[in-house]
Amino acid sequence: MNNILWISGGRVIDPANQRDAIGDVYAIDGQLVSELTEAQKQAATKVDATGLVVAPGLVDIHVHFRYPGQTQKEDIRSGTEAAAAGGFTSVVCMPNTSPVCDNAGTIQRIMDKVQREAVIRVYPTGCLTLGMQGEALAPTGQLKEAGVVAMTDDGRCVQSNEIMRRSVEYAKMFGLTIMDHCQDSSLTKGAMMNEGEWSLRLGLPGWPKAAEDIIVARNVILADITGAHIHMQHVSSGRSVEILRRAKERGISVTGEASPHHIEFTEAELVDYDTAFKMNPPLRTEADREALIQGLCDGTLDCIATDHAPHTPTEKDTEFDAAPFGVIGLENSLASTLGTLYHSKRLCLSEVIALMTHKGAEICQLDAGTLSEGAAADICLFDPDEVWTVDPEKFYSKSRNCPWNGRSLKGKVKATYVAGKQVFDGVSITA
Amino acid sequence: MEADDKKQPYLNGRTIVNLFLEPSTRTRLAFEVAASRLSADTITVTGDASSLTKGETLRDTAQNMAALKADMIIMRHSASGAPNYLSKVVDIPVINAGDGSHAHPTQALLDSFTLLEKFGRLDGKKITILGDILFSRVARSNMICLQKLGAEVTIAGPSTLVPTGFQAMGVKVCHNLREALQDADAVMLLRIQHERQASTHFPSLGEYTSMFGLNKKRAEWLKPDAIIMHPGPINRGVEIDSEVADSDRSVILQQVTNGIVVRMAVLHLCHCFHKNIPIELPA
Repeated sequence: MNNILWISGGRVIDPANQRDAIGDVYAIDGQLVSELTEAQKQAATKVDATGLVVAPGLVDIHVHFRYPGQTQKEDIRSGTEAAAAGGFTSVVCMPNTSPVCDNAGTIQRIMDKVQREAVIRVYPTGCLTLGMQGEALAPTGQLKEAGVVAMTDDGRCVQSNEIMRRSVEYAKMFGLTIMDHCQDSSLTKGAMMNEGEWSLRLGLPGWPKAAEDIIVARNVILADITGAHIHMQHVSSGRSVEILRRAKERGISVTGEASPHHIEFTEAELVDYDTAFKMNPPLRTEADREALIQGLCDGTLDCIATDHAPHTPTEKDTEFDAAPFGVIGLENSLASTLGTLYHSKRLCLSEVIALMTHKGAEICQLDAGTLSEGAAADICLFDPDEVWTVDPEKFYSKSRNCPWNGRSLKGKVKATYVAGKQVFDGVSITA
Repeated sequence: MEADDKKQPYLNGRTIVNLFLEPSTRTRLAFEVAASRLSADTITVTGDASSLTKGETLRDTAQNMAALKADMIIMRHSASGAPNYLSKVVDIPVINAGDGSHAHPTQALLDSFTLLEKFGRLDGKKITILGDILFSRVARSNMICLQKLGAEVTIAGPSTLVPTGFQAMGVKVCHNLREALQDADAVMLLRIQHERQASTHFPSLGEYTSMFGLNKKRAEWLKPDAIIMHPGPINRGVEIDSEVADSDRSVILQQVTNGIVVRMAVLHLCHCFHKNIPIELPA
């Protein structure tokens, strides 16, 4: 007997296929099909999606699941449950684990764990350089064979222009995207928050936007001369958006992501030294926030990525200086992004869904983020208007470092399906 | 109330913890003297003598002090915002005795007290704060306090230590020493904070002294009745020459003395507010 799924009556939004209409979605044995026979309909598991949006499962190309080595913060099970509860069906994990992902063995170890414990699809990335030290190339080809979908030293931007140039050139041979956390670390020694009015008021060492802009500009130049594709992670500076805009106009192969927190919050949130707002790159000014949104609206920035970065409550419960950088966002990012981009009338629903599905998938060449016939039946059902209050204590993530804590958001995930199988029912993980 | 009045009974039987996690002489002693004048029992804990060196968190250290029935914590800490954090962790008053580059509120109060003693009112008075503003908690607290009292504040010094972004706090930013000094009713000097500073902000202490140090010749640019202040510690021969520091127009030691009475007031008022006690003032 085939496993047949019939989701009926919802507003089906599949941006990759320009579909936005009330309709039905069908899947047989985990694959989307365009129609069912009467007999198949009789046998199908029928889900009534009336009043809900039926979208491709969300895709996040920037998460930290902390396995191996830091599983007190998160692990494959808790991280994928958090993702499923947030409507995500595919995520790309960063390689700054312990040990770091600079060898095929560590990738294999992650894949084994994913096979056993993940409730959604997890794609690993490999380090650009050995030990993420920025000094020598990691075995890119072997990492590719082991299954990585991109190369990055996320969190430790390669400072040497020579090493960056060679690693970009080398990764291109394997068709791998380079993802770069753009930060000139000579400009950010000891830095804690955006350099500006608030860092001066709060007496916290400032983190100039130039630290990001300089590396974005470098990467544009390297992408231009090598022809490789470089993706800028969590762009936070308005000037970086402008640099990318001009690079794209000239046809250079660069892309950029924005995180839900950078498009919603500004540095002013740090007024009481709340470590839940301490992240890298830091929250910037209102002008930067607006520039990021503008970049998402005009296509300069390609996708939303959460940079889900779990740290334990104990680690974050400390003086501001001592707390680690990073915030979590998987379980509320659909709602918060809808608030920032859709409910605020900056983008239509289909455009927001595109930013959270196929656009990110294309950057890492993932076969995900669409409701195309024959694609995997990875589906997210959500109510764009349901209001709920963020309570990190109820999160599936092991960590609680969520800047949306206590905020009221509009947009609730009602079910998540991976390969036609329900993994989240709107309340609980069902996988 | 003069600082040499007899001991006051207001905090009799109260225990005050001086949690000084960063070196301090003046502020710590002044708080100890102030607490003692108010009849409180004072315990001073310094960074290297605390369990923080054994890996205990600030939360645990402070909660243990509260469990030992401390009535108030006075804290000096190297991290900006540490008192904001601590005040959420314990339910007794936390008094900020200086946090990182952020704030030093009792210093600003005693500086204002000293200026008020001299000028009566501060409306329209021009106060210049000269030196390492970027890393200075004293400068930040004074910018807020002095402007609240109606003074016009100019901050001055090298451009890398006196960024123009401070204009957002309502002050005038000046990188020309003569301009900063000539109209001032008071100039407040600050030490160059070697311990906080990245070494990249200016060439050398020698260069600083030659460009911004207050020597006798430059002190003549000041108005005749302008006063010279410094929160200490002084680095003689760096930001200020001895003959200026020790001159008649210097009120540096008066500032220290005023620190006692101002801190007595802070301790007394915090205690009263916390315990909801009507505020008694001496006859």
